[in-house]
Amino acid sequence: MSADGALPAAPRAVEAAVIGAGPAGASAAVVLAEAGCDVLVIDEAPRPGGRIWCAPPPALDGGRPSAEAAAGDSLRDPLGDRLAASRAALLADTVVWSVGRIEGAPGGAAGGAPGGAAPEDARPRFRIDVLTPEGPVAVVARSLLVAIGTTERVIPFPGWTTPGVVGLAATTQLLKNQGMAPGRRVAVAGAGPLLASVAAGVLETGAEVAAVADIAGPGDWLAALPALAREPRRAARGAARGAGWWMACLRRGVRPAFRTGVVAAEGGDRLEAVVLGPVDRAGAPVAGAPTRRVACDALAVGHGLAPATEITRLMRARHVFDRDLGGWYPRTDHQGRTTVPGLYVAGDAAGVRGAAFATLAGAGTGLAMARDLAAAGAPPPAPAREGPVWRAMSRLTRQRPAMSAAISPQTVVCRCEGVTRAEIDAAVDDGAHDINQLKHFTRCGMGPCQGRICGDVAAELLALRLADGMADIDAARRRVGQWTGRSPLRPVPLDAMIGAFTYDDIPVPDPAPL
Amino acid sequence: MTAHRARRDAPAAITLMIEGVAVPARAGTSVAAALMAGGRLALRRAARSGAPRGALCLMGVCRECVMLIDGVRRPACMAEARDGMTVDRLI
Repeated sequence: MSADGALPAAPRAVEAAVIGAGPAGASAAVVLAEAGCDVLVIDEAPRPGGRIWCAPPPALDGGRPSAEAAAGDSLRDPLGDRLAASRAALLADTVVWSVGRIEGAPGGAAGGAPGGAAPEDARPRFRIDVLTPEGPVAVVARSLLVAIGTTERVIPFPGWTTPGVVGLAATTQLLKNQGMAPGRRVAVAGAGPLLASVAAGVLETGAEVAAVADIAGPGDWLAALPALAREPRRAARGAARGAGWWMACLRRGVRPAFRTGVVAAEGGDRLEAVVLGPVDRAGAPVAGAPTRRVACDALAVGHGLAPATEITRLMRARHVFDRDLGGWYPRTDHQGRTTVPGLYVAGDAAGVRGAAFATLAGAGTGLAMARDLAAAGAPPPAPAREGPVWRAMSRLTRQRPAMSAAISPQTVVCRCEGVTRAEIDAAVDDGAHDINQLKHFTRCGMGPCQGRICGDVAAELLALRLADGMADIDAARRRVGQWTGRSPLRPVPLDAMIGAFTYDDIPVPDPAPL
Repeated sequence: MTAHRARRDAPAAITLMIEGVAVPARAGTSVAAALMAGGRLALRRAARSGAPRGALCLMGVCRECVMLIDGVRRPACMAEARDGMTVDRLI
């Protein structure tokens, strides 16, 4: 290969880039394309739709579509139309590994004409480095929307690293995307509306549900009622779906155990059983209470969703902490503008409120981006109104401090580096009072997942040890902070990043004459 | 051995070479799902303790299911299974 042919392709320049093709990102992209913007959507999955509306692969799509898939179709189809019209392009199966800002100095790195840059060339741009199945690509965009959703939170318990223990949201991916359950006899545990959805989904595959354990009690669900009553139509739709899931469970004799948590998972190379026990109002195990052992070959367990903040942290946007909306998320105005000019966030990545809100917020943010790009006098879009129902549902899955407080000393918290709770506590006592100091002291958060799985729990453990009582726990979380965002955002193979470049392509200057 | 029953009746149309063994799988499934369906749950050993680990998040985040797929390190949950694909453990 010639040196010319091996040179990395010139960055692909677009007006707007959207990372994430779920409800928020796809809605924004459709609005941007309709406004005449040149928009590129990037998603890690092979098909658009995100985690909630993910479509099964065509080869597996033989059955009747689920309600989620049908809703996804109605969103994917307009996106497909834009693709056909070359208005919105989609880079699927593509990993974003770095995002950076190019300061728009005239004649600078932004590519402005030397000496005589037009005013718009002075505006900052974003460079998004991605890895497509065909190789590495760089995208340069004037405006960037981050709509990357959430990461699932699992509060550790002894044995949670046993093969066969999978996430609750993870299980929805197996059910929707692959049409399969994680085992033949599945225990379902954790918090929130996903419990009923997953239990019903597992039964639909023909697998058995060994137990359903809900951290929340009927009282917690009742506490959501005032919010539901304020939005009866929205609440009725949600309640109808929830009731449908529970009816499917009850018909098969599967009843939820309220105020029940996972005490331990047992097994070696594979899960053999889970031990369930009662928890109190705060989610902490009741000391000395009787437990029960449930034989199973899979455990689907999840304790809520946390906004994925890796890109906004890398861009040094300001973040705020609100336990009810999933913890840390970037601060935005009502149209999704972050504190970094040109950088927007929409959907659950801007605070967990669910797919329905994400669709509205994505469309609103798309309009705001189009308007900001045009710098025109179009009327500002009406802000998407946050419904109390969404906040109430999100609150059911909030991170409960008492659950982290109950993690036993020898339980692994950071799976990648094998860091235990006792090691984290010892580091705090040795002076690690900030989450990044904890990383330096213990390697917690330094492994291949880059702290995405353990971060929320590690920060909570620090806060618990440093807080001046439970009333101070949220303030302590703010003091403990978040991991500093760094690229690469995902581990990427070096050879894949290099692409077709070979040793022979390294330019070697002619030797100096002797 | 199957660890699940399929909701949709898709035939086992492809074959994966998992650690040198031919394993039938449904076309379009993810490699992680194919491994799980074949009863292969332990996909790697933990870096520090050596304890067995399996897929957790199934969204490409936790990296617990990273395997050598056609010679490239990839999370098995994000790789769509293709006929003749080779899948090997890293550690």
